[in-house]
Amino acid sequence: MKKFLISLLCILISLLLVIFIGIAPQTEVKAETLDTSRLLGNYDVPELRGTSINVYNWGEYISNGSEGTVDVVTEFEKLTGITVNYTMFAANEDLYAKLRGGGVTYDVIFPSDYMIERMATEGMLEKIDFNNIPNYRFIPENYKDLYFDPNNEYCVPYTGGMVGIIYNTKMVDEVPDSWDVLWDERYKDNILNFNNPRDAFATAQYLLGSSVNNENSEEWEAAADKLIEQKPLIQSYVMDEIFVKMESGEAAVAPYYAGDFLAMQEVNPDLAFAYPKEGTNIFVDAMCIPKGSKNKAAAELFINFMCEPEVALQNAEYLCYLCPNTAVLEDDRYSYKDSPVLYPEMELHTEYFRNLDRETLDLLFQLWEKLKLA
Amino acid sequence: MKKNAIKARLLSAPYLVWAAIFVVAPMGMVVYYAFTDRSGAFTLDNVLSLSAYGPALWRSVSYAAVATLFCLLIAYPLAYIMYRSSASAQRLLMMLCMLPMWMNFLIRTYSWIAILAKTGLLNQIFNAFGVGPFRFINTPAAVILGMVYNFLPYMIMPIYSVMSKLNYNLIEAAEDLGCNGGQVLRRVILPLTMPGVLSGITMVFVPSVSTFYISQKLGGGKFFLIGDSIEMQFQSAYNYNLGAALSLVLMLMIVVCMIVMNHFAADEEAMLP
Repeated sequence: MKKFLISLLCILISLLLVIFIGIAPQTEVKAETLDTSRLLGNYDVPELRGTSINVYNWGEYISNGSEGTVDVVTEFEKLTGITVNYTMFAANEDLYAKLRGGGVTYDVIFPSDYMIERMATEGMLEKIDFNNIPNYRFIPENYKDLYFDPNNEYCVPYTGGMVGIIYNTKMVDEVPDSWDVLWDERYKDNILNFNNPRDAFATAQYLLGSSVNNENSEEWEAAADKLIEQKPLIQSYVMDEIFVKMESGEAAVAPYYAGDFLAMQEVNPDLAFAYPKEGTNIFVDAMCIPKGSKNKAAAELFINFMCEPEVALQNAEYLCYLCPNTAVLEDDRYSYKDSPVLYPEMELHTEYFRNLDRETLDLLFQLWEKLKLA
Repeated sequence: MKKNAIKARLLSAPYLVWAAIFVVAPMGMVVYYAFTDRSGAFTLDNVLSLSAYGPALWRSVSYAAVATLFCLLIAYPLAYIMYRSSASAQRLLMMLCMLPMWMNFLIRTYSWIAILAKTGLLNQIFNAFGVGPFRFINTPAAVILGMVYNFLPYMIMPIYSVMSKLNYNLIEAAEDLGCNGGQVLRRVILPLTMPGVLSGITMVFVPSVSTFYISQKLGGGKFFLIGDSIEMQFQSAYNYNLGAALSLVLMLMIVVCMIVMNHFAADEEAMLP
């Protein structure tokens, strides 16, 4: 009986705890509101009021109202009366599988370059009616006619990014302007590399001067040998752990995305960034409308809204990635306007990751295992 | 009598359905994928290409074996201490063993990074005494430590539960009849607790041999285990067929282990009074 009473008491206490947490005042800063007078498009479309769209984006990939930013999706809903069902994915392949699997329909998706090419060739994308997207005029020329959408039919660029070398100025004396810093004996046990075969192989391929998209098995094997040579110097192969490792000074050099570097530098000001002279890879994530969209007009309204200079500015500030919007790039309020990290002055040799054929992909994973077992 | 049999069968029906859907069907799928290629045609290529995974398999087995040995060396004396303690102390010790398991396995492993890292807790302590920094993380030892830490309770529990049923009179009798401490342990306690030791070994060895998260986080992604290979085939290489063939090997190995263990356990039980 006594035991029973004690357990009852325990359950009661935990219940009370949960309730208290539930009703405790939220300390979160209230989201900023958007200055709607600065918007250029017309978002009062009576026939779209009360409808809804399904938006499928990367995680943490839109200004969401946290830490005093603008909640872009909510602002769109307020303005248009359209309900946005916003969901997130973690990889292009997840997005592809979800669309292929059927059962769900999306109206706006955010695939990357090579996935846009694949989806477009497989007929999975709807042609966008650019008459409904007047703000497309803010997309810079160098984000048009890209290989994955040569006639500018299927996508509106949203962000871009490049890989470079992040290094700790307390541990690395010179500016590492070449990928060979990742093979430098002096930084043994202080070097990180990607724990993802395509990105890791790219570092070796640029150094060897071969293309990251070649389908020649000997060149892939040469890159694998280069990585095996590097392995004794590597501290660890990382993805998201890189944030902690670089911020705490656990490692000295690592290749990673420029946008993520800006987030790391806020924590550890000793970190610096350089683009290697051999070249690096670039990506573009863009907005597309998949086949099967049930509310294409509202989807185009949403895309137009995302290209609004005011909205694009909010997203650019929040994401720290490249911003393909000429109005933002000229805006003095944009804090990364002259950032050499995002917008380097020097001419860079850049390459997109293209879809590899099945045999090359299988070879890539075989070689990756060989490296990991070496 | 017959009615009871029907009743018993009805009662077990939900379990049988469950087992069919969630145990037998997935195994069937693993076998199917292992012997087909991407287009679904029968092939032996996946199974034949497995010889290349010998090193990964060997590394997994050896790490898991070392981890199991360490678990046994820690858990056995601990279980004995628990057995000899007072009832309330037993409950407390039991609680302390279980407590870490209330936390998620991934978080527990992740927190070892903060302890073992070059700028981590351990090195900070060494640093205060003017020595170090030492290299703990990203070594095979760190991977094995992760295994021992995570799976230790699975060794303690079965040994303790068998030991707690041990009749203390038997130990006293052995002592009365002239056994010294070592002899009591070797000839009385050890044989009687063997079933617990054997099930402890299986319960630690099996998850250790198939783990991938521990090796990724504490080994810095440099010590590929068979679990890492399987995870990669399914997660990023989209080669379900090769992944299934690898899983099949691992499953067969584990089944063989269990059969051997059960065989021993059956012998031990036959010896019990």
